[in-house]
Amino acid sequence: MYPRPFDYKRVSSVQEAVEILQANPEAKILAGGHSLLPAMKLRLAAPEMLVDISSLDDLKHISANGGLTIGAGVTYNDFLNNDAVKPYTALYEAVQKVGDVQVRNRGTVGGAAAHADPAADAPAALLVLGATLVAQGPNGSREIGVDDFFVDILTTALEPEEVLTAIKLPAASGSSAYEKFAHPASGYAVCGVAASIDGSAVKVAVTGATYKATRLTGVEEALAGGNVDAAAIEAAVENVGDQDWAGDHFASAEYRAHLTKVYAKRALMRAAGL
Amino acid sequence: MVAVEQQQPYIGRAMKRKEDPRFITGRGNYMDDIVLANMTHAAIVRSPYAHATIRGIDTSAAEQMPGVVGVFTGEDIDLPPLPYAWQAAGVENNINTPYTLAKGEAHWVGDPVAVVVAETLEQARDASDMIELDLVELPGVSDAEKAVQPGAPQLHENAPNNIVFSWNCGKKEETEQGLRDAEIVIRQKLRNQRMIATPMENRGAIAQYAAGTEEFTFWLSSQAPHVHRLVMAAFILGVPEQNIRVIAPDLGGGFGAKIFMYQEYVLVGWLARKLGRPVKWIETRSEANAATAQGRDHITELEIGATRDGKVTALRVHTLANLGAYLSTASGGIPTTLYGRMLAGVYKIPAIYCEVQGVFTNTAMVDAYRGAGRPEAAYVIERVMDLVANEIGMDPAEVRRRNFIQPDEFPYDTGIGMLPYDSGDYEPALDKALQMIGYDELRAEQKRRRESGDGRLLGIGLSSYVEVCGIAPTKYITSEGWGAGLFESANVKVHLSGKVVVTTGSMPHGQGHETTFAQVAADKLGVPIEDIQLKFGDTLGTPFGYGTYGSRSLTVGGEAIVRSTNKIVDKARRLAAHMLEVDVEDIEWSNGKATVKGSPDQVKTIQEIALAAAVPVNLPDGMEPFLDETTYYDPPNCTFPFGTHVAVVEVDTTTGNSELIRYVAVDDVGNIVNPLVVAGQLQGGIVQGLGQAMVEGAVYDDNGQLITSTLMEYAVPHADQFPMFELDHTVTPSPVNELGVKGAGEAGTIASTPAYVNAVCDALSPLGIHHTDMPLTAPRLWAAIQNATGDQA
Repeated sequence: MYPRPFDYKRVSSVQEAVEILQANPEAKILAGGHSLLPAMKLRLAAPEMLVDISSLDDLKHISANGGLTIGAGVTYNDFLNNDAVKPYTALYEAVQKVGDVQVRNRGTVGGAAAHADPAADAPAALLVLGATLVAQGPNGSREIGVDDFFVDILTTALEPEEVLTAIKLPAASGSSAYEKFAHPASGYAVCGVAASIDGSAVKVAVTGATYKATRLTGVEEALAGGNVDAAAIEAAVENVGDQDWAGDHFASAEYRAHLTKVYAKRALMRAAGL
Repeated sequence: MVAVEQQQPYIGRAMKRKEDPRFITGRGNYMDDIVLANMTHAAIVRSPYAHATIRGIDTSAAEQMPGVVGVFTGEDIDLPPLPYAWQAAGVENNINTPYTLAKGEAHWVGDPVAVVVAETLEQARDASDMIELDLVELPGVSDAEKAVQPGAPQLHENAPNNIVFSWNCGKKEETEQGLRDAEIVIRQKLRNQRMIATPMENRGAIAQYAAGTEEFTFWLSSQAPHVHRLVMAAFILGVPEQNIRVIAPDLGGGFGAKIFMYQEYVLVGWLARKLGRPVKWIETRSEANAATAQGRDHITELEIGATRDGKVTALRVHTLANLGAYLSTASGGIPTTLYGRMLAGVYKIPAIYCEVQGVFTNTAMVDAYRGAGRPEAAYVIERVMDLVANEIGMDPAEVRRRNFIQPDEFPYDTGIGMLPYDSGDYEPALDKALQMIGYDELRAEQKRRRESGDGRLLGIGLSSYVEVCGIAPTKYITSEGWGAGLFESANVKVHLSGKVVVTTGSMPHGQGHETTFAQVAADKLGVPIEDIQLKFGDTLGTPFGYGTYGSRSLTVGGEAIVRSTNKIVDKARRLAAHMLEVDVEDIEWSNGKATVKGSPDQVKTIQEIALAAAVPVNLPDGMEPFLDETTYYDPPNCTFPFGTHVAVVEVDTTTGNSELIRYVAVDDVGNIVNPLVVAGQLQGGIVQGLGQAMVEGAVYDDNGQLITSTLMEYAVPHADQFPMFELDHTVTPSPVNELGVKGAGEAGTIASTPAYVNAVCDALSPLGIHHTDMPLTAPRLWAAIQNATGDQA
């Protein structure tokens, strides 16, 4: 319930945050805090310093300019309350299904991406919407394609001294959906599948069932270029492939592999308007 | 002067709870709200292993940490182990109870091995990280079935094969004969999984010691402050009762887990005396999952004998009751008296025989958890009814009907050692429930779906339960192994202002005593309910009572209030006769007023009489001043509420997900003092029982590591998982008490678990699935469906 002692700095710019990260390898970025603080209270994490970026107004904007740019400090609820995000259905639905009102009031879309919890909802949606993640580090700003971003459990392509500043989505065209089976205790995804269909381009990604958010390329390929109808979807989801399925006392790897097919079908059917 | 007309009677009215504004506006006074001058804070270090030899504990680094007042281990504390107050009756109990802090060996993950006391909680917690434990891990065992096997890790020298006791009840030979003669015999194994109580507020304990007077004051998370004082005085600290005061502040729930004596409660007392400063310990949620007493955890093998026309003729039950690493305060009585002796349920079964073995394992202690033994019994017998129905192809409602005890057979002795059921009429409750749910239409809909091959399977589950409430008669319960009395108490004072203070030995922790007890006292005395105040939760100033559990507060504690008010009215009549200068026989008493027969203008109100009693210028000869009466009430019998619940579920065969569509509950809790409070108790109870059926369950790995160590892993039910419950009642008053009440605190929990499981098994029966163990999570049901459909292929 009580974390180890730590220093705390509320920074006034991303640059300041980067400098602190450079100077102190044990510092951690604090945004919404809904993943980091529970870990600290259980003493599973004990950062020497928290770098609080939650008051950086520059990170709190959502702008629609052809695509969508979501500041890394935008909370889930701010996201849901912005009409510009509605066309990005998979992400909208994923964020709707995160935790509860209290969590959504504090937690951020950027935090979910940067933390890379294998059962977080947003990463699957970011994968199918073709997101680009913008990071600022000592050498300035760079962009990382979402397919290169999620590396492993709680591990992203971000360097230790980099701060995620924004998530960019290309203009929404076509349609998308997110379907989730939530864990009865934690509310995290036992299996969450996002799907997007844009003409003949189909993307499908799973979270929760695997050790990192993962594109289901076998399913995508089975649907590529063809008619996305019910029969095609039914057949395609059999190609979820030989993933590294997660298993635990609640749900076996076999069950998660099965759920991935069921939820891929449900997400694809809705994305296809069926 | 005539008092303002009151809105009486209060009994029977759905009054909002008097205590709620305080609780819901953050003005309660809970354990962690209590701050004493010069107070220190304790952080407890617990064994990370399920079974380990304690080779050494190095406290030197911790002692050097800022703010540390003291660091102690089990070797520093010279107190006896905790008492075991409820033995399995009539058989040998291989007793092992824990020391304040473990000595020599740790026996479960969470077993306290050291404590740090510091100026602040943060300092105590930081210093506790600096304690170096030299523990040698030993093989552990968490499952009762594995623990009794030859070669299993042994917990205690005096308990070979980890067996605590082997107890039985019922008729062995008749049951065996009945099974031999039966037209059909069904065998089934059931697991009633372990539950973590999970009250909203965790436990806490504060102790203060006055060296000058050698007096302890404890503030404890306690459903039974007098019992905690008794046990602390007589069995642990070895000081007289009058030197100990126990205060129970507002409690954020308990579900049974706050009845028992705990190591931490003793520890703060020992520390306060040792250090000469108050010591506070507040449990974290992780500690609560690991170290607060847990519930249930039975593995049961059944043999059911029945006729082809649906009569159950013999029932043999063998149960392994996992009691954890040590024996908690009441742990012997729960799986014996409150389980084995309730196995008949609402049915006339000619021959029942039940064997229960208590088993030590490397897990947290197990004791009473809402319902305590009766939910386990109801689960068995209600699954029995459905297994029989399924086997012979008869409607489960009809099977129940054919086996019911009949209304003219009460008081009814089930023949397995329980007190006789006080009153009952089971069929009307079943009929009402079936009518409310639209049973015939549902069965028709189920048939349609089955024939159309619909992947959303419909299931209907019944549960016709009975339970034993008002846990008391001292004579009975001591013959059943309980080591003390089990009465309840009340004091009623009418002050000279006419205001009434009722003190009770029971201890509300969510039940609404401040409202319902006031309704009773207000009606009996004829005063406005606003003039009544309930006092409880402090051994200084309340008469000795045994506390709140076993749905006993109104049936036993309420009756004590009734009797005290009767004594007050009796005295008030005598005083009124004196004041009005008539014979007492000429006084009529009604609604708080004494009038003279045939002369209704001659009136004395209870307020006027109270003033005359409190300022005693003119009392009858020999009458003591003041209206002040105390009752210690030990009832002649328990009470036996009953009813029928119906759950309707849909199971999605593609995922195994089951969903509760509708829920009907017809309960007979006797007369009802406050329908709103009863509905609240029932609804909360139903949810708690459904939680067990649907999602809850403590999970230990084979060695005894606790997997469900936080609420990220341990699922509790959420409001949004449930439809609105449809509640109704039948009313069969109890003849045991003047109020005619039977108790309502646990009924919902007892009834709802088998209703849900029966519904899911009913849904799955076309697949050849007749039983699946709880919790019926989607992954588990999917696996069962895969198994069954795989076998068919």
